[in-house]
Amino acid sequence: MTYKPVLLANIHKENSHKLAIYEAGGGYRALRKALKEMSPDDVLGTVRASGLRGRGGAGFPTALKWSFLPKDHPGPIYLCVNADESEPGTFVNRVQMESDPHQIVEGIILSAYATKTTTAYLYLRYEYPLSYQRMQAAINEAYSAGYLGKSILGSNYALDLFIHRGAGAYICGEETGLIESLEGKRAWPRIKPPFPAVEGLFRKPTVINNVETMACVVHIIDRGVAWFRSIGVPPNPADPRDVGSLGPKLYGISGHVNKPGCYEAPLGITVRQAIDELAGGVWKGRKPKAVIPGGLSTGVMTADELDTRLDFSSLMKVGCLGLGTACLIVMDETYSMMDFLYNSCRFYAHESCGQCTPCREGTHWSMMILDRIKAGRGRLIDLDYLAEIGNTIGIIPGTTICGLSDGAAWPIKTTICKFRPELEDFIKRTNPTGYVGTEAVPALAHGNGKPH
Amino acid sequence: MQTTQAQSTETLIKPFLSQEIRSAIEAYYPRYPSRRAVVLPALHIVNERLGYVPLEAVIEIARMLSLAPAQVQDTLSFYQFFPQDMPCGKFKVWMCRSISCSCCEGEVLMDYLAQKLGIRPGETTRDGRVTLLPAECLGACDFAPAMLVNDTLYKTMTREKIDAFVEMVQSE
Ligand SMILES: Cc1cc2nc3c(=O)[nH]c(=O)nc-3n(C[C@H](O)[C@H](O)[C@H](O)COP(=O)(O)O)c2cc1C
Ligand code: SF4
Ligand code: FES
Repeated sequence: MTYKPVLLANIHKENSHKLAIYEAGGGYRALRKALKEMSPDDVLGTVRASGLRGRGGAGFPTALKWSFLPKDHPGPIYLCVNADESEPGTFVNRVQMESDPHQIVEGIILSAYATKTTTAYLYLRYEYPLSYQRMQAAINEAYSAGYLGKSILGSNYALDLFIHRGAGAYICGEETGLIESLEGKRAWPRIKPPFPAVEGLFRKPTVINNVETMACVVHIIDRGVAWFRSIGVPPNPADPRDVGSLGPKLYGISGHVNKPGCYEAPLGITVRQAIDELAGGVWKGRKPKAVIPGGLSTGVMTADELDTRLDFSSLMKVGCLGLGTACLIVMDETYSMMDFLYNSCRFYAHESCGQCTPCREGTHWSMMILDRIKAGRGRLIDLDYLAEIGNTIGIIPGTTICGLSDGAAWPIKTTICKFRPELEDFIKRTNPTGYVGTEAVPALAHGNGKPH
Repeated sequence: MQTTQAQSTETLIKPFLSQEIRSAIEAYYPRYPSRRAVVLPALHIVNERLGYVPLEAVIEIARMLSLAPAQVQDTLSFYQFFPQDMPCGKFKVWMCRSISCSCCEGEVLMDYLAQKLGIRPGETTRDGRVTLLPAECLGACDFAPAMLVNDTLYKTMTREKIDAFVEMVQSE
């Protein structure tokens, strides 16, 4: 793969987080150009023409989201940049904010200009102390240099940018959970509609975008639409609704690989390329058993499915939820899928906000059933119960308010569907006398009998 | 000047929150169009300075922001992030137990660290030096198993690194 990084072009420079280094590499050139030559609608139009889709998980077309804001609104309009990044396996926004914070600041200013926002908040998870220091320092530098504040670069555009720190809850990454959290309340996601673009933060029109989406905007304005569209997977001409998977993408690769890390490549490389060419292959000379393509919520794929493309439409074909965060977790041939399933269910049980009964109960019961199985008291029928939970919680089956429970369901569904023989073996091996039972049995406490 | 009951008791009882903390919280007011949005920053300000957010602090934050104490307590309790009974240890250790770390022996190392400290995950050592907390993905999976101690990320943990960490803590 010969590809020259753009989003990560600066990260290996010494003091890459400082304004002077960023400017020396062409930083804030796009902002100067936009404020001098382009109207907000021109910026929005350019982003629309580029085909940029949000990098936060759902792949929603960015300019389309912006265009849902009411026209000629008296304001204020808010932009919330989602830096909650808590999806297990996902860490690329951290690398961006630590190593190239000005790129994010510039992207935020450009996006705020396009949406006529006057106040932007960066919702940053608390567990990123270095990102906090670097982003705050970059914001301070940007104010001093006239990139933020009143009359930016002598124009009549004004923008304030504040960091709002989270408090260790995954649900704050869900866009309306984020809004509630910012407003000082418990982070219970809202029922939509109304969508945030109409009624969001402080009941005003609000756009929520991911950190990497902001970074892409900078380069679209700087290098142009043709450059962006030359990278990635073009729309399928046979499908008029397909907008393609265009542009560069950050891939975070972790788990059982030789070189875990954050890499940049075009959208649409295969999972195998990501593992072998970017991350140096599976560790210890072993074979892969299962790979999560885009953060835990996207579910698992098997070693036979690794030629699937990492783009916005291919992963559904192998039963995964989607591209998600494009952060891959690789598990080698020795790793137990029962351990994986338990770990996944424990995560969602811990992180469910508790608002919807199917999610609150479903995530907890799946964890408790697995807890009992791991303690040697599993029955084959438990896999059916787990599958039933997996098939019934979520926005997709229509039982919950937010997508956390779809994220909980997908690892359950895909693991049971693709690794059932291994799971059955585990149950038979650890409960040789009772695995056929179907009678009601009590669940164990959390932590497999161990206090946690 | 009218004196309300609340004000007159306030002058009798010394406020729990110091002037420094109050000023730090007030500095956040201009950032938001609503006072309620200051709840989370205020909780962090208190927690960072005192290591916990006891009920006295909750009540005073509520009074500062013109909220009911229950509103602040509701937000606080949602996050399971702010201890209320006793201050956290001088070293707040978050050890990741999510999948990328767990599949690289992260949970085994958490048990090892807990055993070395003589506590269970979730507890604080008797001398008040270390609080060990299981964490979900710390966003540092490229450095699995990952551990965050106060503001410092400990990368790619091993038994040897845990030994060195415990030694450092004990010599502090
Ligand atoms: C449970 C849950 C957690 C989420 N966490 C994040 C997150 O940490 N960061 C993020 O950018 N998006 C997250 N999202 C997606 C956001 O709701 C939202 O779609 C995204 O921030 C939009 O940004 P984009 O349009 O730039 O992709 C999460 C969604 C759900 C359902
Ligand atoms: S689906 Fe789960 S996390 Fe989402 S709002 Fe409902 S209970 Fe909360
Ligand atoms: S899974 Fe441990 S840091 Fe992400």
